[in-house]
Amino acid sequence: MAEEVKLFGSWASPYTSRVKVVLKLKGIEYENVEEDLSNKSPLLLKYNPIHKKVPVFLHHGKPIAESLIIIEYIDETWKHNPILPIDPYDRAMARFWAKFIDEKIQPAVWKTLLAGENEREAAIEEAHQLLKTLERELNGKKFFGGESLGFLDVAGNVVVWLEVSQEALGMNLLDKEKFPILHEWCQRVLDDDAFKQVMPPKEKLLAFTRARFEAFLGPK
Amino acid sequence: MKMAKENNVKLHGMWASPYVKRVEIALKIKGIPYEFVEEDLVNKSQLLLQYNPVHKKVPVLIHNGKPICESLVILEYIDETWKNGPPLLPQDPYKRAKVRFWTSFVEKELFENLLLVARSEGEAQEKAIKVVFEKLQLLEEGLKDLFQGETYHIDGETMGILDIVLCSLFGAHEAQEEVLGVKFIDPEKFPLVCSWVTALTEVTAVKELRPPHEKLVAVLQFIRQRALQASAA
Repeated sequence: MAEEVKLFGSWASPYTSRVKVVLKLKGIEYENVEEDLSNKSPLLLKYNPIHKKVPVFLHHGKPIAESLIIIEYIDETWKHNPILPIDPYDRAMARFWAKFIDEKIQPAVWKTLLAGENEREAAIEEAHQLLKTLERELNGKKFFGGESLGFLDVAGNVVVWLEVSQEALGMNLLDKEKFPILHEWCQRVLDDDAFKQVMPPKEKLLAFTRARFEAFLGPK
Repeated sequence: MKMAKENNVKLHGMWASPYVKRVEIALKIKGIPYEFVEEDLVNKSQLLLQYNPVHKKVPVLIHNGKPICESLVILEYIDETWKNGPPLLPQDPYKRAKVRFWTSFVEKELFENLLLVARSEGEAQEKAIKVVFEKLQLLEEGLKDLFQGETYHIDGETMGILDIVLCSLFGAHEAQEEVLGVKFIDPEKFPLVCSWVTALTEVTAVKELRPPHEKLVAVLQFIRQRALQASAA
């Protein structure tokens, strides 16, 4: 039964990528609508008028925005190969750490990029502490989800993308000497079948990141 | 129905925290007995730091010895664990997604900016006030979509997570008006939001948990003074 499933996204958006990974893991077929983020389509603006961002998921014509909300919807609608743990306490932990990644780690990483000379060291130290806290949560497991990718591994893709693209930003925030466990986890995630199929090619991502960062900073 | 295992529920919180209030309301609505542990946030207990080492904040829910942190995470945990009481989220996945979306919106766009209004003055405050009005307008529009075709019924006894979060923000709007001198819950500007907030403040659980007006005013004044002093220093 073909259900109308569409995903409005951008190849360069890790948030879009989260949804794509989950769709792959569940074997859900969908139509991919690639958005030009410098020239957003009227449909995207219609489906996400509040934030005007990707990803937007469309199922039977009904739009859902925000990557983690989309993933919970997908998990509740297509119940095979569950992404979130079954036990309520484990689910709470997965949600807690996903929030930590989006609300603490991401802003801290941005801060290191934008920090002036005086604040940079403190910003880096803060980001390091947060990454260390996340690393401890792996606690000897192969993935945050256990033996296979789960919700938190998917949410953690921004950390994987950071590892891959940080050289384009002239930084080594996720230093593999400082974060050996997180680094190994990143490699396992990158090696995962579903993730591999969805991850943009490294060179393409580096070029994009470099260009975007330079545009953002402005001329030196 | 007999519980298979003992249900021991503790909530570490602080009486004036809207985040803690969310959890209290949820527990009350579900009829879950719990022990409230009042935390002095200036002098946090060892137990709190042990249960929430990452954020060191309230609320923390301890269920049979296991801690859960972050109010929105706690609310979903409560809903998934105690299935006997009234549901805090709809059954339908799409409706759940919409509720989560608007809850996130209220949390991130309204809460943050209202805090900014409380902690600033002059031009900075005017700017923050403008942003709150803009976000309220978006919420007003969003409610039309959320309620469309169905009566979003507030029955005086039950609430969902969106109700709870909105109430934790604007339930004290009268105190906010008194201290900040701005009327956000304006029936002319935002009729849907206003009537919704008003209905929520009448829910039994909310009424039972609401601190006295004078105490809310005092706390808000304290937060404001402390913030203004800190920025002036």
